[in-house]
Amino acid sequence: MKIVIMGCGRVGAELASMLDQEGHDVTILDVNPGAFRRLPPVYGGKREVGNGIDQDVLARIGVEKADAFVAVTQGDNRNVMAAQMAKHIFGVLRVVCRIYDPIREEIYHMLGLETISPTKVGARLLKEALEREPATPPKAGE
Amino acid sequence: MYVIVVGAGKVGYYLAKELVDQGHEVLVIEKDAAKAERIAEELGDISLMGDGCEASIMEMAGFGRADMVISVTGDDEDNLVVCQMAKVKFNVPRSMARINNPKNEEIFRKLGIDSTVSATTAILAQIEQELPTHPLIKLLRLKGGGLEIVEVKVPEDSAVVGRRVGDIVLPPQSLIALVIDENGEPRVPGGDTVVQAGDEVVAVTRTENEDALRGALTAPTAYGPYGPIDAQKR
Repeated sequence: MKIVIMGCGRVGAELASMLDQEGHDVTILDVNPGAFRRLPPVYGGKREVGNGIDQDVLARIGVEKADAFVAVTQGDNRNVMAAQMAKHIFGVLRVVCRIYDPIREEIYHMLGLETISPTKVGARLLKEALEREPATPPKAGE
Repeated sequence: MYVIVVGAGKVGYYLAKELVDQGHEVLVIEKDAAKAERIAEELGDISLMGDGCEASIMEMAGFGRADMVISVTGDDEDNLVVCQMAKVKFNVPRSMARINNPKNEEIFRKLGIDSTVSATTAILAQIEQELPTHPLIKLLRLKGGGLEIVEVKVPEDSAVVGRRVGDIVLPPQSLIALVIDENGEPRVPGGDTVVQAGDEVVAVTRTENEDALRGALTAPTAYGPYGPIDAQKR
C-alpha cells in the first residue's frame, strides 16, 4: 500500500517505521527537515520536505496515487485541513486524522473524517489502568 | 447585526473598528493577550482572549446567535476550521474566511466555505488589470453556480478578428455580453456585431470553461468548443 504520513513527530516517525517494516511504500512529509532524525536508521521509505496544507506540495509528492493518508502534525487545524484535502481534493480512499481537541474531533468525525483524539483515548486508557490497579500497599522489601 | 471576528492582527483590528463604526455589535477573539488587550483599550470592551477554534471559547463568544463570523487569522487552516465549526456546530448563517494561498479559494469552496477573501488574489488581479497585454481578466465571480464575468482583449492575430459575434464558437454556457472598442466605447453586441482587433470583450462563462473561452477569443487558429481544433498552430 502507498501511504503518505504528514508530520514526522514521535507518532509520525514511529508509524512510518512500523509501516515501512511491514513492507508498505511509505512517504513521510514534514516542514522541518530536522524532524527526520526521529526516523530509525533502518527506515527505507521516502522523506519529503514541505507543507502538507499546500496543494502543490501534496501534488508533488503524489498524494493522488496514495492508498492512504495520515495527518499527525502538532496542529489540529493543519491535520483537519490536510486530511480533507487528501480526501476531497485528491480522492485518497483511506484518510486518518489526529485531532487533540475532543470536541473538534467529534465534529469532524460527524463530517465523515476518520479521526482519533489522543486526549480521549489516552484519558480512557489511563482510567482503565487505574481501575485495574489493585489498592494494596507495597510490601516491605519490594 | 452581531459579527464575530476571529484574529486581531492588522486585518482583524481595522475590520473590527470599521464594523463598530458602522454600528454593528462586534466581538473579536484573539489568542495573544497583548493583541486582545489592544482591541479592548482602543475599541472598547469587545475582545475575548482565547483560541477561536476551541468550542468552549466559541460558545462563550455566542457563536450560536452570531449573524456572521469572519475569520482573519494569518493561517488558512485556522480560518477554515473556524468557518467549518461555525457552520456545522453553531449554524451561523454566514461565514467568511481570509486566505493567504490563492489556491485555497477553490479548496475552501469544495469544503463548504463559499465566501473567501484573499489579498494575494486581489493583488494578482490588480497586476492583471494593469498589464494590458494579459488576455483574460476575471471581473467578478458570481456567487454560486460557478459562473464568472471575465474580460478578454482580442489580439491582432486572433482568429475572431473581423468575424461576427454570432459566428464565434464559444464554450458551453458562455455568452458575450459587451464589446468595448479601443476608444472605450461599449456596445451590447447583436449577432451581426463584428469583432475588431483590440476590442475588449466582456463575457459570462463557467469557471471551468475560462481557458476555452480565452482560447476562443485570442487564439490565432480556429477554436472548437472544447479547445483548439489544430493545437499545432498555437
